[in-house]
Amino acid sequence: MVIFAILAALTVAGGLAAVMLRNTVHCALAVAVAFAGLALLFLRLNAQFAGFAQILVYVGAVAILVVFAILLTRNSETPATGVFSKTWLAGLVIAAAVFAVLAWAVIKSQAALPQEQTEPQISVAQIGNALMGRYVLPLEIVAVLLTAAMIGAVIVAMHEKGSAK
Amino acid sequence: MSPLSCYLLVAALVFAIGLAGALTRRNAILVLIGIELMLNAANLNLIAFWRYGPNPAALTGLMFAVFSIAVAAAEAAVGLGLVISIYRHLRTTDLDEISRMKG
Repeated sequence: MVIFAILAALTVAGGLAAVMLRNTVHCALAVAVAFAGLALLFLRLNAQFAGFAQILVYVGAVAILVVFAILLTRNSETPATGVFSKTWLAGLVIAAAVFAVLAWAVIKSQAALPQEQTEPQISVAQIGNALMGRYVLPLEIVAVLLTAAMIGAVIVAMHEKGSAK
Repeated sequence: MSPLSCYLLVAALVFAIGLAGALTRRNAILVLIGIELMLNAANLNLIAFWRYGPNPAALTGLMFAVFSIAVAAAEAAVGLGLVISIYRHLRTTDLDEISRMKG
């Protein structure tokens, strides 16, 4: 329980820092901390495969991609008009309302939630067999999706002839 | 409070933080970061329900989370490509200034 509290605090603090800091590079580093905290929570839940996939994909790839995008698109350090949009108050109210509804639903449904189970022992071989057996169609679709996304991202970000300034 | 509710509350909090980031920031890249945080909170819910659910040997929640991570990676790549393309056209990533779709 103590470890869970530390990991939860790390994740929430990383997320808050990512949303609130003024410097965008600091935001990218804070979100990497939040992703790492979530990966450790996955590991605490005995989901080793998902935890390591989270570390590889998010802490490894997505955080680096975000840092590259920030460095490629920075023209002014911090805009004089502030980092929050004009409608920030409405956004904050909506987010607080969503959290209130979710927390209320979780607390009210305590009795209906499943009780404590024994720790599932899942080996990577079992996950591989499931991926190649029952989940082979979603796996193939994800492969097509990743290829399409890669080609699409390259085409979208590519220099167009004539319009390049 | 049971461990499952604790995980669900943390996921709800991370989701709300991501939503607040997506709705209040001006920079398009930070809006994408908020969306990624929301997706991760949903993954935490899936894995918590898999761990404490009645039949973890069926691997459903874990598989859903793994596929969700793969789709989120594709989404991040396309989203950041779009942001870089918009920056090249308009020289800004400020969402309050990007108000027309014609290039």
